[in-house]
Amino acid sequence: MRPILLKGHERPLTFLKYNREGDLLFSCAKDNTPTVWFADNGERLGTYRGHNGAVWCCDVTRDSTRLITGCADTTAKIWNVQNGSLLYTFQFEAPVRAVEFSLGDKLAVITSDPFIEQVSAIHVKRIASDLSKQSADSVITLKGPQGRINRVVWGPLNKTIISAGEDAIIRMWDTETGKLLKESDKETGHQKTITSLSKSADGSHFITGSSDKSSKLWDTRTLTLMKTYKVEAPVNACAISPLLDHVVIGGGQEAMSVTTTGHRAGKFEAKFYHKILEEEIGGVKGHFGPINALAFNPDGRSFSSGGEDGYVRLHHFDSDYFNIKL
Amino acid sequence: MMKIMSDVDIEIFAQRIGVDLNTVDLDSIDLPPGYDSITVSDDEEELMMDESMEFESGLGNVIVVDNLPIVPPEKFDKLEGVIRKIYSQLGVLKDGGLWMPVNPQTKKTLGYCFIEYNSVKEAQSARESTNGYKLDKSHIFAVNMLDDFDKYLKVPDEWTPAELKPYVAGENLQKWLTDDKARDQFVIRAHTDTEVLWNDARKLKADPVYRRTFWTESFVLWSPIGTYLATVHRQGAAVWGGASSFNRLMRYAHPMVKLIDFSPGEKFLVTYSSDEPKGPRDTHKILLNIFDVRTGKLMRDFRGSADDFAIGTGGCGVASVSWPVFRWGGGKEDKYFARLGKNMISVYETKNFSVIDKKSIKVDNVMDFSWSPTDSILAAFVPEMGGGNQPAKVSLFQIPEKTEIRQKNLFSVSDCKMYWQNCGEYLAVRVDRYTKTKKSIYTGFEIFRLKERDIPIEVLELENKNDKIIAFSWEPKGNRFAIIHGDGPKPDISFYSMRTAQNTSRVSKLTTLKGKQANALFWSPTGRYIILAGLKGLNGQLEFFNVDELETMATGEHFMATDIEWDPTGRYVATSVTTAHEMENGFIIWAFNGKLLYRILKDNFYQFLWRPRPPSLLTSEKEEEIAKNLKKYSKKYEAEDQDVSLLLSEQDREKRKALHEEWSRWTKQWKQIVDEEKSHRQMLRDGEASDEEEEYEAKEVEVEEVIDVKEEVILGD
Repeated sequence: MRPILLKGHERPLTFLKYNREGDLLFSCAKDNTPTVWFADNGERLGTYRGHNGAVWCCDVTRDSTRLITGCADTTAKIWNVQNGSLLYTFQFEAPVRAVEFSLGDKLAVITSDPFIEQVSAIHVKRIASDLSKQSADSVITLKGPQGRINRVVWGPLNKTIISAGEDAIIRMWDTETGKLLKESDKETGHQKTITSLSKSADGSHFITGSSDKSSKLWDTRTLTLMKTYKVEAPVNACAISPLLDHVVIGGGQEAMSVTTTGHRAGKFEAKFYHKILEEEIGGVKGHFGPINALAFNPDGRSFSSGGEDGYVRLHHFDSDYFNIKL
Repeated sequence: MMKIMSDVDIEIFAQRIGVDLNTVDLDSIDLPPGYDSITVSDDEEELMMDESMEFESGLGNVIVVDNLPIVPPEKFDKLEGVIRKIYSQLGVLKDGGLWMPVNPQTKKTLGYCFIEYNSVKEAQSARESTNGYKLDKSHIFAVNMLDDFDKYLKVPDEWTPAELKPYVAGENLQKWLTDDKARDQFVIRAHTDTEVLWNDARKLKADPVYRRTFWTESFVLWSPIGTYLATVHRQGAAVWGGASSFNRLMRYAHPMVKLIDFSPGEKFLVTYSSDEPKGPRDTHKILLNIFDVRTGKLMRDFRGSADDFAIGTGGCGVASVSWPVFRWGGGKEDKYFARLGKNMISVYETKNFSVIDKKSIKVDNVMDFSWSPTDSILAAFVPEMGGGNQPAKVSLFQIPEKTEIRQKNLFSVSDCKMYWQNCGEYLAVRVDRYTKTKKSIYTGFEIFRLKERDIPIEVLELENKNDKIIAFSWEPKGNRFAIIHGDGPKPDISFYSMRTAQNTSRVSKLTTLKGKQANALFWSPTGRYIILAGLKGLNGQLEFFNVDELETMATGEHFMATDIEWDPTGRYVATSVTTAHEMENGFIIWAFNGKLLYRILKDNFYQFLWRPRPPSLLTSEKEEEIAKNLKKYSKKYEAEDQDVSLLLSEQDREKRKALHEEWSRWTKQWKQIVDEEKSHRQMLRDGEASDEEEEYEAKEVEVEEVIDVKEEVILGD
C-alpha cells in the first residue's frame, strides 16, 4: 500500500512509539511538540505542548492514559494522553535522552546526558497513581557509562535495566542494588556509538543499532550476542517485528554529510532482514534524509518510520509481505 | 629502539583523547627528531640491525695525510704552515683541525697528520684533489679518509674461503597457478589489513589465503607476472611469495622509499625516494635504486635533484617527477630501460646498467616517449617549436641501433598522447590540434602499423571533429579499439577495426553507440568483451558489451565505483569503491557477461589487485583449436559446476536448518521462563491478567458530547 505521509513536524523526527493496542502512534521530534496520530489512517489527534527543546524519547502506559516524554530542555514530562494536559514535570540538570515505563507502569527509568559538570546518569522514578502526590525523588540513580546514554529499557520483571549509548557497550544493571551485572563483549559487540535499542514483543531479546554500520540481536537475560546484521550505512533506528521473524533497520549517512552526495548515496532506506538467517529481505525507500526512528505496530501489520526530513511515513504491509519465502 | 605502542594501544589512547583515527594520516605526522614513527612493522627490528652495519663513526670529515717530510721541532711550524696553506684552500678547517703528531722520543714528526674539515663533503673533495700531490720529489702525499682506515683494518689478513651454504631448494613460487579449480588470486587492502584471497566464483565467495596486519606501510604491488607481492616499508621494499603461504623472499634497503616499480619480466625492481628541500637553498633531491629482484643486489643507483628527472613532463618550472621515471622496454626480457632527459632520451642496457654506446639519443625538446610493449622500439613526441615554424613530430626509434625508423611531422599541435596496442602491432597517437583561430581544439588520431612494411600511417578523424575525446582503448590481442567521444553528460562510444570487412588494412568503423553514460573503457584481457563504465561522478553505471556481436550483454551498477579491474583470464571482473569515496567501500565480483557474483563491503578500502598470470604456454594454433572444440572441453567443467552448485544448495539448506533449530531452542527457553514469570508479571500489573492480545476485546463505544446548545426562534409563516 502507498505509505501515508504524516506531515506535522517541522524538525527531524527522533522517536516513534505505538500504544499497546496499536491504534495510536506517538511521535517525537526536535520541534518541541510530541504528536499523537491515529495509527490506522494517519490522522493527527493532537499535540502535547509545553516542552522547550528537542524531544528525544517517549513512552506510553499500558492503559494508554499517560505519556512520558524526555526532552533536551532538561525535563521529563508526564501527560494526559486523552486531553493533552501536562500532569507532572521531572526537572533534571541535564538534557533528558531516554525514558521508559516499567512493567506495571509504577516506575519509570530516565537517562540524562553529560552536561557541563554533570556526568550521564540513569534515574529511576516511582510514578504515583495519583500524580498530585508525585515525588521528584529518584528511587535509585546509576552512574558510570562514558558519554550519552542513548537508550534505556527495563529487563524482565523490572529486575534489571539495560542501557546503551556512546561508549558502544551494552550494560545490564540490577534495579534493586544498582550494581552493574553485565557488560557486552568488546570484541564481538558494537564498535561505535549505539544509537538505538528496541525490545521484542515479549521482551526476551532486543536489537541494537550502531554507527558502526551494524545491528545486533541480544538475549535480554544473559546479554548473549545472537545475531549480527550488517548494513551499508550507520544505523539510527531498528525494530523487531512482533509477527514475523523480521527486523527492520534504518539509518543513513550522517546528517551533516548528506548534502555532499546524491540522495541515493545516502542509503536512506528502511531495510528488512530475516531475523534468524541474517539475510536481507528488502528495503523501503522514501525518506530523503537519514531515518531516525522506526516502530512496528504491535499487530505486526504496519510500521512507521521517522526521518531527518521531518516526515513520518506510515506503511501498511501488502499481503505479499506476509508470504515472503526465503 | 623506542617504546613501541601497539595498534590497540593507539586506538584506545585515541579514543580517550577523542581523536578519530580514521581521520588521522599517520604518515603526515612530523615527529620530533629522535622519535620513531608510531607504528612499526614486524620486520623493523631486523632491518635496523642491518642498517647499523653502515653507520658512520662521525669522523667522516677527517682525512689523514701521509708521506709528509719528517722534520725536527724547529721546522715543525714551517711544515704546519705549508700544510695549512694547502688544505685551507680546499675547505674550511675546523678550529684545531690540524694535528701533526710527533715522536715523543726524537721530537721529530712522524710523517703524517690529521686534518678535520667542517663537512664530510669538503673532506672528500680534499682527499680526492690532494691524493698524489707532489710536495717535492720524494714526498708524494697519500691521503685517506680516517674512516677508511678502520674499514680496511677490519679486513682479515689471511684469506679464508667463504662458507658454502648447502643448497636448499626454494619453494615453488608459481604454485598458485596449479590450483585444481584454476581460480585466480587477488589482494585487497582495507584499514590496516592486507589480505590475499582466492576468487571462488563457483561458491560465490572469496576464500582467504593469507592475511596480515600492517603488512605494508603504503601500498602493495604484484610483480608483472604474479610471482611476487611487493610491500613498501620505511627501510625499503620487500617481496613475498611462496607455495602455500607468503614468506618474505627478499628485502631491498632503501630508506624512506616512496614508490616502487617492477620491470615487465620482473627481473628488476626500481625504488624511488625523494628528500624534500630542507631550506630555501636546498634542492629537492631524488634517489632511485635498481635492484635485482632475485638476489637483492643493488645494480645501480641514480641520484640527483628533482629537476634532473622532471624534464619534459610538466614543462618548465615546476619540478614534478612523473612515475615511472624509468620506462622498461624490449618486452619481457628486460633488456632496456630509458628515461627522459633534457633534449635527449637515455636508454640503458641491463647488461651493464649503462647508457647504450655511452650516448643518449639526442632529440631536441623531447616531451614524452613510450616503449612498444613487445619490441625494442621507442616512440618519442616533440612539441611544436618556434611558434609553429618547426612542426611537432612523433618519431620511432629502433633500439639498440638508435636509428629513427619512422617519423611523422604534425602541424598546429597542442598535445599528443600515445597508445600502444598490447601486442605492439599498432600505435595510436592522439593529436590535439588548434583550429586556425587557435581558439578551440579538435582531435584526430595517427595510427601506425608497426608490423607492416615501412610502417604505414593512417589518419583517423572523427565524424564530428569537435568532439572531445574522453577515453581511448585498444582491444588487447586484437585489432579493434574503442573511443568515448562527445561533449556533455551522455557521450557516444565508437568502435573501430584496423581491417575492413574485406580484410584489407584500412581503419573502418564498426558502430557508434549513442548517448552512453560512460567515461572509461575496460577491455577484457582476452579481447572481445568490453565494459563501458561511468565511474565516480556517473554513479558507477556498467555496461557489459560484446564487440563481436555488437550487442549489450548486461547492464549493472556499482554505485560510486572508483576502480574496475579484469582478472588476468578475462573470466571475472572486479569493481570497487575505494576510500576516494566515503560510503560503501568494498568490491563486487562480476562474471564477464555482467552477472553479479558476490559483493564484499569493507570500510577504509584502499586497493584491489588481481594477481597477474604469466603468459600462456600454449601456441596460438593450440589456442585456436581449443576455441574451436570448446564444447568438448566445457562438458567436463559444466558437470563440475553442477556438482558444486548442488553441494552449495545442500550446505545452504543445512545451515538454514541449523539456524532455525538454534532459534527454536532459544524461543522455547524464553517461553518457559515467560510462563514461569507469569504470576510475577500479574502481580506487577496489580492483578491484570492478560499478557496476550487475544484476550483483549475491541469495543466500539460511541460517546456523544454536547459541545454547545443554542436556542433560536425560527419564525414560521
